[in-house]
Amino acid sequence: MTPFLSLVAREVRQSLTGGGMWLPVIFYLAVATLFPFVTGPDKALLARTGGGILWVAALLASLLPIERLILPDREAGILDQLALRGWSDESIAAAKIAGQLIAFGLPLMLATILGSVLIGLPDGKLPTLLLGLALAVPALAGLGVTIAALTAGLHGASALGGLLLVPMAVPILIFGAGTLDASPGNSMQLLAATSLAMLAVSPFAAGAALRAARG
Amino acid sequence: MIKLNDVAVVRGNRLVIQRLSLTAQAGDIIWIRGANGCGKSTLLRTIAGLLPSISGILETSGNMALSDENLGLDANAALENALGFWAKLDGTKPEQLAHAMSAMDLQNLADVPVRYLSSGQRRRASLSRVMASGAEIWLLDEPYNGLDSANCARLDSALLSHAAAGGIALVASHQPPTINVADSIALDERKSPERRAAAA
Repeated sequence: MTPFLSLVAREVRQSLTGGGMWLPVIFYLAVATLFPFVTGPDKALLARTGGGILWVAALLASLLPIERLILPDREAGILDQLALRGWSDESIAAAKIAGQLIAFGLPLMLATILGSVLIGLPDGKLPTLLLGLALAVPALAGLGVTIAALTAGLHGASALGGLLLVPMAVPILIFGAGTLDASPGNSMQLLAATSLAMLAVSPFAAGAALRAARG
Repeated sequence: MIKLNDVAVVRGNRLVIQRLSLTAQAGDIIWIRGANGCGKSTLLRTIAGLLPSISGILETSGNMALSDENLGLDANAALENALGFWAKLDGTKPEQLAHAMSAMDLQNLADVPVRYLSSGQRRRASLSRVMASGAEIWLLDEPYNGLDSANCARLDSALLSHAAAGGIALVASHQPPTINVADSIALDERKSPERRAAAA
């Protein structure tokens, strides 16, 4: 296994043992469970709004693991040890993002299958929702690691993380919810483009934040 | 090889180290003494490349391994797996890791999660990570803290055999050295930060 893959595997292992993997899934499914209680069993209303609610839930769920992404590694000296071995901060961030793709993205996809049933998504919409979320996950992973690197060690890191995520995630949410329309093609392409751009920028943003915080 | 010439380091808007020169050749053990807060850890982190020096020349050649107050091991993993993660990254052979663990008397703790280790055991785990790395340069920050006399002796002999094999060790400690060292540097803690700032 290459060193990069060992680090990605460690990220996945950490989120599995540290609880970071299940927390977003539980939150996501809780929203899908609770939402129909609020609206009542109106099938048409749920069909119209349910997909969008799942999008909002997925976005907010991506905030839950951020406190476990960077801070424990910094406090344990893991980041120092990696830097000492010649790892650039960008490659550490890239490995963490790749780890989040697996540790956050895959469980979210699986939970969506269950969540779409709970929230009464119309037949035929599930593949579209899954494809849209799969396209958005790279952006959410990149944003999550970047926000984690920016807020690690600050007081009220999670509240600050929420404030940072909202403006960055609005394009994802707009295009993501747009994919649930009658003709999802354009939204899907714009979603993919936005997501790729965020994925490309985030290792550098997160790497710069890691470097600035080392002292 | 480590070579510092007239190095100054600022940490948190304070000039912590200034006009420090030091040379370490293969086989040298350098002892860095000084009271708390005089910049021992800062010096080691600067040599490790984790902090920038604001002036002077700092040259190092060879791989470095650092043991400081941060353990550098995953708290939830069993000790052997936590050490094994770095061993895999460093390309350390399993028998080399086993040797490093037995040098610090850690074989019996191999299955214990790192978070359950006592402070002395944590220190030994961190030292054995340094030994297993196979790095030429060891940077040890207060390595004797929390060690009982038997383990202090183990560390002494590990340091001596590292130096005998041509390695370099920088030991920062508030205690005087207990082994033969090539050089002993006392960082001056009496200068107040204000005077240092004025001197700069």
